[in-house]
Amino acid sequence: MEENILATARDIHGLYPHVHVWGFPIAAYLFLGGLAAGILLFATIYYLRGKAEDMPFTVKIAPIFTFIIIMIGLFLLVFDLHHKLYVWQLFLTFRIESPMSWGAWTLVGVSIFSLLWPLSYIDDIEAYLHERGWRRLDGITTFIRNLEHNWKIPRFIILTFRKYRTFFAYILLFLSVILGIYTGILLSAFNAHPLWNNPILGPLFLTSGVSTGSAFVMWLSNNHKERKLMSTIDMVLIAVELFFIIHMIMGMQAGPEVFKQAAHLFLGGEFTVIFWVIFVGMGLVLPFVLEVLELRGFKIHPAFPALLVLLGGLLFRIIMVQAGQISEYPF
Amino acid sequence: MRYGMAIEINKCVGCADCVVACQTENNVPIGYSRDWIIEKVKGQYPDVFLHFESQRCNHCDDTPCVRTCPTGASHVIEGGIVKVTQDECIGCGACIEACPYDARYFHPDGYVDKCTFCDHRVQDGLDPACVAVCPTTCMHFGDLDDPDSDISKLIRKRENFTLLPEAGTAPQIYYLK
Ligand code: SF4
Ligand code: SF4
Repeated sequence: MEENILATARDIHGLYPHVHVWGFPIAAYLFLGGLAAGILLFATIYYLRGKAEDMPFTVKIAPIFTFIIIMIGLFLLVFDLHHKLYVWQLFLTFRIESPMSWGAWTLVGVSIFSLLWPLSYIDDIEAYLHERGWRRLDGITTFIRNLEHNWKIPRFIILTFRKYRTFFAYILLFLSVILGIYTGILLSAFNAHPLWNNPILGPLFLTSGVSTGSAFVMWLSNNHKERKLMSTIDMVLIAVELFFIIHMIMGMQAGPEVFKQAAHLFLGGEFTVIFWVIFVGMGLVLPFVLEVLELRGFKIHPAFPALLVLLGGLLFRIIMVQAGQISEYPF
Repeated sequence: MRYGMAIEINKCVGCADCVVACQTENNVPIGYSRDWIIEKVKGQYPDVFLHFESQRCNHCDDTPCVRTCPTGASHVIEGGIVKVTQDECIGCGACIEACPYDARYFHPDGYVDKCTFCDHRVQDGLDPACVAVCPTTCMHFGDLDDPDSDISKLIRKRENFTLLPEAGTAPQIYYLK
């Protein structure tokens, strides 16, 4: 028998019985970052491949949502800081070794470009809103048009963006790849938690982020062909995710004791049901099956599988953030 | 110059004087502590062994806490002492997650707080408060780089271990058996 007992009072919130300083906001932030990266990845790749007209929603419309998504993510991140008034300190340095540092800078870049990108497609956005019957949002598009017509600087910016869209698409593609990788490897930078100290976790998060991106497009697109393509892509991504998950857990099982304990959290431990039944079952396998059925011609509303994938992605991050903090070295 | 500590576990009686001394010296908020005592019990009756360990930040050589800090608030000063600059800390918690030893915590004011090896005392040539106050003199502080320092000699002479070397942080607090 071996037992380590804390003999002096240490009544510190978030340290005992195990470190718990990150909760829902960080999980949601990782989810939103991955989602935004996924949406922008599809938008820029299809744009650069000259598919803007075939994939109008993916390329022109979906990126408006990324700006909103990133703003919510940033709000959650700042909300979760314990020394909020000093948040500007993030932007006084750039520390290459700290994923949080380059993540913060990437988010600034992504949010600027993901705002400009849709501004340069304002006509298409208006047409989409009208088709959806969201006329109430006309005020916003009219406002942007006025801005463009009556003010020199906004006009200059928007026109420049329109003119050099390809150039900006490359920048945005680059930034979205960084954002996707960053939200993936953030947790793996914390070796103190064996569950996160895993080379598969980064690719797994990245795949899951791109998958939520494709689900999002599939959900809101009004173009049948586009939906079909996104649903096919999503199926492939889900299959890859399942492969990574099995691989990750088998890898941990083969490692030293602390890694086995980390795997045990999902193999009989407290996260078993929520991980396998709710996340894997309802967030991966079920949407996969629904997508297959839809492609086979069954009438299934695309919102169904899409929402399952999105909720699954969020739940996956909540589980990994919580379980990772429980997974610790004994000392 | 490389500061470190050597702690003789067979002398420690778990009185927690080091904990109280630190709280007083460094104005640690009530209920909080930068150092703490772990009681380690091993074996099966009748062969049960027990010892105490006074633990704190290990002022590691390879510092994941400093590496993951996005603002540079966590940093290493002369002598390898790991510190946090209060008004650069945004309270993101990255360093708390990165430390395998639970050595860091959020101060009630929001920034991250931890053991400083009492660098303000060390600058004046004094030992850290915990070391100075220990009634059994089980703790030793000094320069690990100097082969003639008392602490270097002790570590050379006595069998010792560090906490969680497998976590890869190269901790600089040695426990002498
Ligand atoms: S013990 Fe923790 S806080 Fe101290 S230097 Fe090592 S990793 Fe950093
Ligand atoms: S909580 Fe403060 S010291 Fe710790 S990583 Fe964040 S900014 Fe750095």
